Amino acid sequence: MNLAAEVHQASGVAGAAWLLLVLPAAGAAVLLLGGRRTDKWGHLLGSATVIAAFVYGVLLFFDTTGQGTEDRLRDLHLFDWIPVNALDVEFGLRLDPLSVTFVLLITGVGSLIHIYSIGYMSHELRDRRRFFAYLNLFVAAMLLLVLGNSFVTLYFGWEGVGLASYLLIGWYQGKDFAATAAKKAFLMNRVGDVGLALAIFLMFKNIGSTQYDVVFDKIGQQSTGVIVAIGVLLLLGACGKSGQFPLQAWLPDAMAGPTPVSALIHAATMVTAGVYLIARSSPLYSLAQAGDARLVVMIIGAITLLLGCIIGCAYDDFKKVLAYSTVSQIGYMILAVGLGPAGYALGILHLLTHGFFKAGLFLGAGSVMHGMNDEGDIRRLGGLARKMPITFITWTLGYLALIGFPFLSGYFSKDAIIEAALAEGGTRGWIFGGIALLGAGLTAFYMTRLLILVFLGKPRWENLKSADGRSYHPHESGPTMTIPMIILAVGSVAAGGVLSGMLPEWLEPAVGKLQEEHGPLSATVVSVLTVVISALGAGIAFLLFGRGEQPVTRPQRVSFPVRAARADLYGNHLNEALISRPGVWLTRFLVFVDNRGVDGLVNGIAAGLGGSSGRLRRLQTGFVRSYALSMLGGSILVIAALLMVRFA
Amino acid sequence: MTTSGAHSWLLAALLLVPLLGAVVVTALRGNDHTAKLAALAFSVAEFVLAIVSWVNFQPGGDRLQQGFSLTWIPSFGVHISFAVDGIALVMIAVIGLLVPLVIGAGWVDKLPEGRTKGGFFALILLEQALTVGVFAATDVFLFYVLFEIMLIPMYFLIGSYGGARRQYAAVKFFLYSFLGGLIMLASVIGCYSMAVDELGAGTFDWAKLVQVVHDAPLSTQIWLFFGFFIAFAVKAPLVPLHTWLPDATAEAPIGVAVLLVGILDKVGTFGFLRYLLPMFPDASKELAPLVLVLAVAGVVYGSLLATGQRDMKRFLAYVSIAHFGFIALGIFSFSSQSLTGSVTYMVNHSIATGMLILVVGMVIARGGGSTRVADYGGMAKLTPLLGGVLLIAGLSTLSLPGTNSFVSEFLVLIGSFPNAPVYTTIATVGMIFAALYVLWLYQRIMQGPLRGDALLPGVPSAETPGTDGSGAVLTAQAATGTKKIVDLDTREKLVLAPLILLVVGLGLYPKPVLDTVTPTVDATMCQAALVDPVQPAERQVQCR
Amino acid sequence: MTPTYYLLLSALLFTIGAVGVLVRRNAIVVFMCVELMLNAVNLSLVTFARINGQLSGQIMAFFVMVVAAAEVVVGLAIIMSIFRTRRTASVDDSNLLKY
Repeated sequence: MNLAAEVHQASGVAGAAWLLLVLPAAGAAVLLLGGRRTDKWGHLLGSATVIAAFVYGVLLFFDTTGQGTEDRLRDLHLFDWIPVNALDVEFGLRLDPLSVTFVLLITGVGSLIHIYSIGYMSHELRDRRRFFAYLNLFVAAMLLLVLGNSFVTLYFGWEGVGLASYLLIGWYQGKDFAATAAKKAFLMNRVGDVGLALAIFLMFKNIGSTQYDVVFDKIGQQSTGVIVAIGVLLLLGACGKSGQFPLQAWLPDAMAGPTPVSALIHAATMVTAGVYLIARSSPLYSLAQAGDARLVVMIIGAITLLLGCIIGCAYDDFKKVLAYSTVSQIGYMILAVGLGPAGYALGILHLLTHGFFKAGLFLGAGSVMHGMNDEGDIRRLGGLARKMPITFITWTLGYLALIGFPFLSGYFSKDAIIEAALAEGGTRGWIFGGIALLGAGLTAFYMTRLLILVFLGKPRWENLKSADGRSYHPHESGPTMTIPMIILAVGSVAAGGVLSGMLPEWLEPAVGKLQEEHGPLSATVVSVLTVVISALGAGIAFLLFGRGEQPVTRPQRVSFPVRAARADLYGNHLNEALISRPGVWLTRFLVFVDNRGVDGLVNGIAAGLGGSSGRLRRLQTGFVRSYALSMLGGSILVIAALLMVRFA
Repeated sequence: MTTSGAHSWLLAALLLVPLLGAVVVTALRGNDHTAKLAALAFSVAEFVLAIVSWVNFQPGGDRLQQGFSLTWIPSFGVHISFAVDGIALVMIAVIGLLVPLVIGAGWVDKLPEGRTKGGFFALILLEQALTVGVFAATDVFLFYVLFEIMLIPMYFLIGSYGGARRQYAAVKFFLYSFLGGLIMLASVIGCYSMAVDELGAGTFDWAKLVQVVHDAPLSTQIWLFFGFFIAFAVKAPLVPLHTWLPDATAEAPIGVAVLLVGILDKVGTFGFLRYLLPMFPDASKELAPLVLVLAVAGVVYGSLLATGQRDMKRFLAYVSIAHFGFIALGIFSFSSQSLTGSVTYMVNHSIATGMLILVVGMVIARGGGSTRVADYGGMAKLTPLLGGVLLIAGLSTLSLPGTNSFVSEFLVLIGSFPNAPVYTTIATVGMIFAALYVLWLYQRIMQGPLRGDALLPGVPSAETPGTDGSGAVLTAQAATGTKKIVDLDTREKLVLAPLILLVVGLGLYPKPVLDTVTPTVDATMCQAALVDPVQPAERQVQCR
Repeated sequence: MTPTYYLLLSALLFTIGAVGVLVRRNAIVVFMCVELMLNAVNLSLVTFARINGQLSGQIMAFFVMVVAAAEVVVGLAIIMSIFRTRRTASVDDSNLLKY
């Protein structure tokens, strides 16, 4: 198969695809360089650039659908970026169904969240401009990530979104925990980035290029070892960016950023980059030799899926529960793309529907916190449904979509993944399918718990005051915030049904044909099973939390599993014990070695020389006759030596 | 006098302008203001000349261009001959860029008692002339002489204008470099005597010596290699010959630290490329594992030590040690990508780390001269612009894509990987450390609640941070009015603007630098009989 | 002519001079002993010149004499000034120039 021949040069509407990068990047530059002068209209410019990018994205979409199915893979060469002899990294864009899909998701959800942020950040007028600059920067980097036509341009966007994420998590930089969370996110991402970088190096070493077309063209001729190594290293990169096991610990901490950031970056777009990476590398993962790599992908996905669900059940922080929910939903996507040709399109489908409902859920959370003095502890909320009707309705729709309520988005995407996992066949199929099913039940449980504690039941906040001493006056948010929520809720309801039919075929040029395999259970049985298990989870949650009073502080006397889940299943403890503390000790030891050892050696030589000269100096007694004696002795020695040489 | 190639007047002017500047500024040192303006004028003129020289350089042309030669000591065949290749050219351009910025940054610094700005800037200009000479010298003896003389102005710049322990640091710096230089002299003489044996008449001409030496037996090559290598490894500096750098950087004034780390140290890595690879190809290949071990050790060791430092200037020194590890890794991995990467790393490190040092200097100036990290905290609240530029400099230091350093680090790593996968993998892990130390510094200085003795004298420091940073401390501070900390002023913005432009510009479009450097790198590879590990048939590099 | 006696005499004179330099404290005597050593050397130079039939040894002897004369001039002046300031000519008493 010669993929290179099928890639066409982009022209016409697609020829202007650089606009997608330049628009938001220029927005960010103007806002950052313009300083206070742009305070008044900065948020408008920031939103306008992203909306313009979205409009162009729609044009690009129609331009792409206008091409024949064979002509939908297009490259747009912009300039030579890093050319050194055999290495020729060009700065180019790949315009194909996969990237165009992502462009629509990023600019679409991005536009909504920009608009939402106008309202959400209205408390911080002084800095709102900078916030929009960072958001624009993020959109530009994310678009580069999905549009780049080589692994190096992807890497550029990859670290670029990491930077934007760092800046936005650390938005409240006066607070130590925000700064630390930002740093942690960047560092854990860098661990993944090392994997991605090494994968790129391996490609260059073995294939001699980093461009998608060349790499995918020649990857099949490589040895199994190389293919598996590249596959696993790419997965490491995906784990870092997408918060997958074992690099998941940064994502919940990232909730220290403002809520729109959590919605856009840490739910809908950036954290799904790992799924994109694996789907983009589908020519590699689809190879028969890559079976081991795919198995690792599935295992990581399955572990993360369960881990996220379990921890999500125990947390009391509104946004952190959603964060762990994101971790586990991305686990589903990773599991899906790990299935190979049977799952790429399903993973992307779930990614899109998840983009809608999770962004909506986060925006709802933001709306609640906006009206509740930034209170995020769900035990101090409750009964908000009547105070915030729009938020409640949109949030509930997102909730139903997420738990897979029949014929809402999540139903189509998640069921398909569970079905495909079961269809993997044999023990493997049962294990992965079973985990996915169990995850669906747990998801329903923790989401229902969230719904009850936040919106239903009795208001527990009435006699409380927030940390800054104000009493709570919940109120519905303004239209800039509610309209995006409504739009996303509509998407949560409809996207799955609309997309599930068309998406696999649409993505075919980029990720290959969806191979539908039939497992041990028929589709209907799986659907019914999923719905039953989800209903079971939701029912248990109702039984546990729906009746009676809930305490305002979280119960301390709890069973071991709850304690473990509250402690992130000891993920942070593990990092601390295995990496942080030994690292600190090693660093202190090395500083000591450098000062006392290496430098001490040098200074020791100097001191030794000084000391011995001080002692040798004593030979200068000042007595002329002793000098004369030593001269005589010396002369005799010299003469004796000469004679020895002469006659011996 | 013989000239080789066109525009040799340019190179002569590049050497003479700063020298003349040093004389003029010394003469004017009585009047502070005039002396400063004169120094700035000469350094800007030098920069313009460097750019003109670059424009007139033909990357595809001769290896050495714009050269000229005068007889110096005929009986030993010593000439005063200078010429530039692509590598020397970009380094000279970077020097030309940094010196005016350093002068601008040091415009209002307080100097120790009894020193004048004129004297300070004159020494800087003298140092500039000498470094340009070192990079452009094509006579090995001349190179050696300039390599050693270069120490003298730097000795005085540290020893007369530095901090409290400046004498100790200056002597240490001088002894380390001088000792390395003497060992190199032995090798230089060794090469000369080989030329006497081979050619009948001795010569120090670089091109001829390359011809003579590079076929020598391996054992001879190894001895001669070590002589040069130790001198360059001290200068670069490679672990374990690095301990002079933290002391020197910590005690030197900020501008001098920029020159020290940004330019002077590059002579070492430049020497690897110009002298070790072409003259001792067999020894280089034989001893490459040794150098690679030192390089990777430098990356890891420098990074870890950087995270463990409590003093900002020592921190900068260790960051540089880690970066020099990358440069050495690239040079001794023997691929055109890694070599080009190392040269661009030299350029980009000067820009990025130079900027980082300048910005840290601005932080220190606002903190009343304290260099302890613990004396700062939450500064971004007071000085958002300063925080922003510190972050930009930091991001370039940790090689974020889109900044100049990424291009070079990426080239070094991807180029080194085919020949040295294990070393490269370890060095790649060093990227995590880079993020760790940069973000750690940024967090400690700029983020969190406002704190620290340097910013809030009299308020108990880090142990009892004020409030959550919501401004209570800030207003208390404003009320007492003990100290006013202002954001960047126009002069500082002007100093930093070109650097920021280059950080982003060279990150997005490094092609001009790559195109200048790559032909010289190819020529070096040919001289050392090295072949790219990844080389598709249609892109075969032809040796001339 | 046999050089043996001349050389023996020269060696004897040299030894007497050397021992004198080492054991005597009076600067004037030490000085005389140095002269004795120089003249011992002169004697052997002249002897060898005679044996070899060349003039260079004799010329060398003249050089030595000139140097010795110059040395006497400077040396005696130094001893005089030391004696004037410290009222002693003992070499052991003027030992200030030390570590």
